[in-house]
Amino acid sequence: MQAKREFNKLLLYIIALIGVTISVFPFYWMFTASTLKDSQIFKVPPTLVPGGNFMDNLMNLAGSWPLWRALINSLAVSGITTVTTIFFSALAGYAFAKYRFKGRDSLFFSVLLIMMVPTQVMLVPMFIIMMNFNWMDTYFALIIPYLVTPFGVFLMRQQMLAFPDDLIEAAKIDGCRDFGIFFRIVLPVMKPACAALGIVTFMQQWGNFIWPLVVVSSKEMYTLPLMLSMMVQPGQVVQYGQVMVSAAIGLIPMLILFLFFQKHFVSGVFGGSVKG
Amino acid sequence: MSSVEQEKQTNLAYPNTPVKGKKKFSLLNLSPYIFIAPYFLLFIVFMLYPLIYSFVLSFGNWRAGVTTFVGLENYRMLLTDPMFWKSLGTTGIILIVQVPVMLILATVIATVINSESLKFKGLIRLGFFLPALIDLVTYALVFSLLFNETYGMINQGLKAVGLDGIKWFSDGTWAKVLIIIAVTWRWTGYNSIIILSGLQSVPKDLYESASIDGANRITSFFKITVPMLKPVLLFCTILSTIGTLQLFAEPFVLTGGGPRDETMTVIHYLYSKAFGSFDFGLASAGAYVVTTIIAILSYFQIRLSKGGEI
Repeated sequence: MQAKREFNKLLLYIIALIGVTISVFPFYWMFTASTLKDSQIFKVPPTLVPGGNFMDNLMNLAGSWPLWRALINSLAVSGITTVTTIFFSALAGYAFAKYRFKGRDSLFFSVLLIMMVPTQVMLVPMFIIMMNFNWMDTYFALIIPYLVTPFGVFLMRQQMLAFPDDLIEAAKIDGCRDFGIFFRIVLPVMKPACAALGIVTFMQQWGNFIWPLVVVSSKEMYTLPLMLSMMVQPGQVVQYGQVMVSAAIGLIPMLILFLFFQKHFVSGVFGGSVKG
Repeated sequence: MSSVEQEKQTNLAYPNTPVKGKKKFSLLNLSPYIFIAPYFLLFIVFMLYPLIYSFVLSFGNWRAGVTTFVGLENYRMLLTDPMFWKSLGTTGIILIVQVPVMLILATVIATVINSESLKFKGLIRLGFFLPALIDLVTYALVFSLLFNETYGMINQGLKAVGLDGIKWFSDGTWAKVLIIIAVTWRWTGYNSIIILSGLQSVPKDLYESASIDGANRITSFFKITVPMLKPVLLFCTILSTIGTLQLFAEPFVLTGGGPRDETMTVIHYLYSKAFGSFDFGLASAGAYVVTTIIAILSYFQIRLSKGGEI
């Protein structure tokens, strides 16, 4: 019995070890490859320890591709849309959760419905709209359509339902108006929900690929994922060391975000759809 | 809290609701409308209008800004295009193989993390969740390097143990396997964390009384854990189905849809129709067909698992 329990425990650790190795290895290798010369990356047998070529790769990358510009573009687009999504979603979510007004339920139902429509359906008409607005290849095209998302409104509404009503009432007695209550009472209390939504939004925007691919044409407007995909387009010599540097740089903000907001990550990812 | 208090509080939440024995609030309060206005403005311009526009486009032929009505021609063209069916088939194969494999793996991982005798839980969970942080283009690139047919680490490893290297990119079937491996790597940890939250909500006394009744661990896994996980697994299945049907970045970056369009997914097909040959009408028709398929699949998944709530 004792031996069997020990065996089970061992099995558990073996599964965990193998699984974590498979999960983490590509990351390790990405960072390693970013410090190697291309000839070392493609060596037989493979090089598994970091080399000293990171700065060279970085300089060459910054010399031939708009690395810093793409990094700033990605940060700007993701940052702005994250802030606005949190704010507008919280506003709408608060109204849906704590007010009773004509058309509330059908309007909220439309939020749920549009969440289920795949974004690809809107790709072509959105492209045409961008052309008509003369927004092709501009920040407007990258930012404006993502200022707020139905998912954000849904998530915030779910979180706001649990907001204690006596707080709102007390503020009302103290003479606080609707907007004041939202800014001074609701928003500060909802910080964890805002953090969760912010993380999900930032992550989605940071990795957004198909939309920039469709609306961006000039190098100055590249976002990081778009630049990465352009670096490996067929018909050119792919500099893998540089590609891996750029991939590693793109990952760093996500890692930082995760380390600081680990708790909110999990609650944001599930969007209140699973209770647990 | 007494039920009277409860009722009072609920009513206070809705200032416009007349409450018995209380002063009526003004019926027209504009605040909620102002609060939802920014969202609905964007909703109308960038979601509702495109949705309708796309529907109109699917019955028309778009040329230089002018749409001429062509009836069901786009749908006929789409449904008679062998490439459409091929891409749909490819997506279907990836879906049928990848989603069950991933969910089984994710359930095993969640069970392992949830087990009481395991130490370093936080670290192990972090390890499994890490792939969920990486963006689609980046991991597709890393995988294209790892699985490179001549120099990639995977094939070198296979050769080192005396096997032949696998034609990950030049053989259609293996290229699909590669996409499946990549997608599974990216999403298994994510799903296992969702399943873990489901596992943790299973009451512990259920297992205790089962073991008193003489059930072993495997029996209680299938008789207690799996049924209790049904809602969570259903949630994961639906999310993964929708995600897989929309698969685009991975095949686009990893294989470019090749070899010989063997890994072209249906969204990749629609993308190339829309922005390669600028056939907006056909692409819109296709987008509606795919949406319909997603809706039908989701509906049946919910129906098939009667009693499962999401």
